[in-house]
Amino acid sequence: MSALLEVEGLVKHYHVRGGGGLFGAPVVLKAVDGVSFAIPAGRTLGLVGESGCGKSTTARLVLGTLARDGGQVMFDGEPVGSVRDTRWRAQRRAMQMVYQDPLSALDRRLTVGKQVVEPALVHGLGASAERHEKALTIMDAVGLSSRFFDRYPHELSGGQRQRVVLARALILSPKLLVCDEPISALDVSIQAQVINLLVDLQEKFSLTYLFISHDLKVVRQVAHEVAVMYLGRIVERGDPEALFHAPAHPYTQALVGAIPTPRTRGRARAALQGDPPSPINTPPGCSFHPRCPRAEARCRSEAPLLRPLADGRFAACHFPVLSTPAREAA
Amino acid sequence: MLGYVASRAFRALVTILLVLTFAFFILNATGDPAILILSADAPPEAIEAFREEWGLNAPLWKQYIGYLWNLAHGELGRSMRDGRDAWAVVSERIPVTLAITIPALIIKLVIGISAGIVAALWRDTWVDRLVMAFSVTGYTVPSFVLGLALMLVFAVQLGWLPAAGADSWRHAILPIITLGVAGAAVLARFTRSAMLEVLGQPFIRTGLAKGLVWRAVVIGHAFPNAAIPTLTIAGFMIGSLVAGAVVVESVFAWPGVGRLLVSAVGNRDLMVVQAILLLVTVTMVSANLIVDIVYGFVDPRLRTARGGQARGGT
Amino acid sequence: MTAPLIELKDLTVDFPVGGNWVRALHGVSLTIRRGEALGLVGESGSGKSVTWLAATKLLPAKARIDGKVLLDGKPIQGLTRDQMASVRGKRVALIFQDPTSSLNPVHRVGTQIGEAVRLHRGFDAAAARAEAKRLLDRVHIPSAARRLDDYPHELSGGTNQRVMIAMALAGEPDLLVADEPTTALDVTIQAQILDLLAEMRRETGMALVLISHDLGIVADITDRVAVMYAGRIVEEAPVDALFDDPRHPYTQGLLAALPDVAGPRRRLTAIPGQVPNPAALPPGCAFAPRCPAAIAGCVTAIPSLDAVAADRRTACFRAGDGTPWEIAA
Repeated sequence: MSALLEVEGLVKHYHVRGGGGLFGAPVVLKAVDGVSFAIPAGRTLGLVGESGCGKSTTARLVLGTLARDGGQVMFDGEPVGSVRDTRWRAQRRAMQMVYQDPLSALDRRLTVGKQVVEPALVHGLGASAERHEKALTIMDAVGLSSRFFDRYPHELSGGQRQRVVLARALILSPKLLVCDEPISALDVSIQAQVINLLVDLQEKFSLTYLFISHDLKVVRQVAHEVAVMYLGRIVERGDPEALFHAPAHPYTQALVGAIPTPRTRGRARAALQGDPPSPINTPPGCSFHPRCPRAEARCRSEAPLLRPLADGRFAACHFPVLSTPAREAA
Repeated sequence: MLGYVASRAFRALVTILLVLTFAFFILNATGDPAILILSADAPPEAIEAFREEWGLNAPLWKQYIGYLWNLAHGELGRSMRDGRDAWAVVSERIPVTLAITIPALIIKLVIGISAGIVAALWRDTWVDRLVMAFSVTGYTVPSFVLGLALMLVFAVQLGWLPAAGADSWRHAILPIITLGVAGAAVLARFTRSAMLEVLGQPFIRTGLAKGLVWRAVVIGHAFPNAAIPTLTIAGFMIGSLVAGAVVVESVFAWPGVGRLLVSAVGNRDLMVVQAILLLVTVTMVSANLIVDIVYGFVDPRLRTARGGQARGGT
Repeated sequence: MTAPLIELKDLTVDFPVGGNWVRALHGVSLTIRRGEALGLVGESGSGKSVTWLAATKLLPAKARIDGKVLLDGKPIQGLTRDQMASVRGKRVALIFQDPTSSLNPVHRVGTQIGEAVRLHRGFDAAAARAEAKRLLDRVHIPSAARRLDDYPHELSGGTNQRVMIAMALAGEPDLLVADEPTTALDVTIQAQILDLLAEMRRETGMALVLISHDLGIVADITDRVAVMYAGRIVEEAPVDALFDDPRHPYTQGLLAALPDVAGPRRRLTAIPGQVPNPAALPPGCAFAPRCPAAIAGCVTAIPSLDAVAADRRTACFRAGDGTPWEIAA
């Protein structure tokens, strides 16, 4: 199976001022620090982690909207660069982005129809009538009837707006859709609609998804593979069922254990202590060790690499948990 | 903090230098001091002698270097009009100007800030609309129009107050009111929007939720936060104490710094103009510097002494 | 059964919107008993936050509030805003969604907690500071003595929510209303805060109202749950009964639409349609247009919230007719 998107050793470091405001010593903020993954065509990689872990930065680096400081991104067998040439334009068409807040992603002054048509216009696709026809087809596919064509974004509900955003991305017939928290801003009863829609659209248009979310429950619903990020690195990657039922990395374990669901009510949690450290002062060794219940001397000095485990998944931990499923253990 | 002050002070110095250089060349390019002071039909010998005496025959860049050289040695030059030390000419006018600008500043601060607070607290009521109407009028009407109107009503029509001059304290009343009203209008608007912004913040609701009465929330929680943006405009007003009365002084023939500036510019009395500009920029820049430092005390978010890093809990 | 601590009776709230009154709350009746934990669940616009802001008079003055609020059986709805101040913090404390902006940025956290201590317990400044430190210790903030002099922007969101909880505990309230207390926080921090709220309730015996859009959070630490939709309570039941045997089609729909991290992976059953606009509610039951069980009667009359079992109330003409969602899926 050839991968549509291959990411190798992605790095993004920011040079910021440290303590003392304007005159603090310059320090390095490691937003993304060596991230590698591959997504086969037609599949979904779920990228999860808490705020500040670098998942959104990774998305922007993949799309080339942010210049990377290291590593390589291959899309459909070709490198993704930042030079704005013909290939860059073609790649931009084939890779589209869906954001968290549909209202700010849309132009309030343009009708829904105009916004859906616009990308095709920018890329010079088809004649006017053709574009109009295509827009209506796509809108139908995302569950927007033609009566929405002349409406404005403010007349729509949150779920409908996110459908417009999807239609606008899909009109260019992209291969890859990068979704950054696409349902977080939606009401609970609407979230399921959009999750199901994303699953259906993937099937219908053979889409590949990089799906970014802080919500593991949602990621499980859509992802074929899941990567968990912590402080700019992937700490565990693998099949969602294996990863959620028996997390190998203590951080994944804590993350899964922390999710409150009606099914798990009343059960004690193995609550993780403290806040995530800032990506400016990452601890030496494994960056998770100050919060890790299993940390030993080695974890404080030596950073673990992302290594394959027996069941085919990858974990960056010196002492991965393998036997007991987290929920039963908790 | 020390480094911060040093960098601000350096920038202030550059600003002052730029202003003085600009004024020097503009004034020289737009008129000949010898002719303007001695009049155009003065004998050519007298004009030549005047030029010789003031060094006006030297190339402009030499005059400029000479000016800077003197300045660096604390010499502001002499007035071409009467040969007195330029700083002496300017400094004797400062108290005259302050006599109207300081009372005006008090009016601006007291009326402006309290009107803004009242308007914000009684938002969308007749009080708010009244304050805003006053405010809009106050800053759209130019101060010379307001000054002339006041003069017309209180001096010409009613005869309660003198129209112009500076012979008694009663002469100061109309200029003070003219200056105060315009400034109060601006400040009222600023204060109102700062208060409204703060009153909409979640921590105001927290103050009420913990059991404070509305008054305590306004005084203890809204005021300190609303003071931050209001400080900027108040600082600007303090900075313009010396120079902000040019128009009003001219209207009411008030012999302050502003009026001196107008006549000195008209005469191309270069050293006096430069001395005033130096005074104005220095007060303006130092007021800004003080505001920035006070900011650090009022707003802890700007005091990033320990860095912007959030510390964790358990 | 313990005595009712606070009772809301037929609470309505209207907001002026462009010259019209729009009703946000359509008569909410709810009883909180001493020491119990109630979860209030609903989507945006369901009225779950407005209910408690109205009950504690924290809504903007332009909102029109009607109905009765009884505290220990005595009406407090007639109190002025300032009279209500003696109830807030002392009897009923509240914490909110975004802890960092809920704290005053220009005051130290010790000062802000101390203010509540002085107000409710009459301590002097030194005693209030000592008490503030003790409260920070109680909510498990490490090195509490040093944190007293920190400003909110120097602390993390999770720590600030602990500060908010410490401040709420200052008045030793009988009820803590927590309005989406973990929505702005990361999932591991959310777990810490939920554990802390449960612990504080065990220790102090105070009652808790947990307002959330997340059924999982509510299931976690409450005893009883009320589900709100379009300004009304549509179902109220003990927590186990609600999740094991939901009676209202909306509750059933919410549970069917909820993804889970455990159990078999299945396609979600989405509730069709949109949350209605409060200014243009459909006639009859507000959920009828989205309800697979709706019958003709649902669009002509509004079902009242009636007891369907001991401890259980449901506002549905078809309650008890079985769940329609499996069939619809």
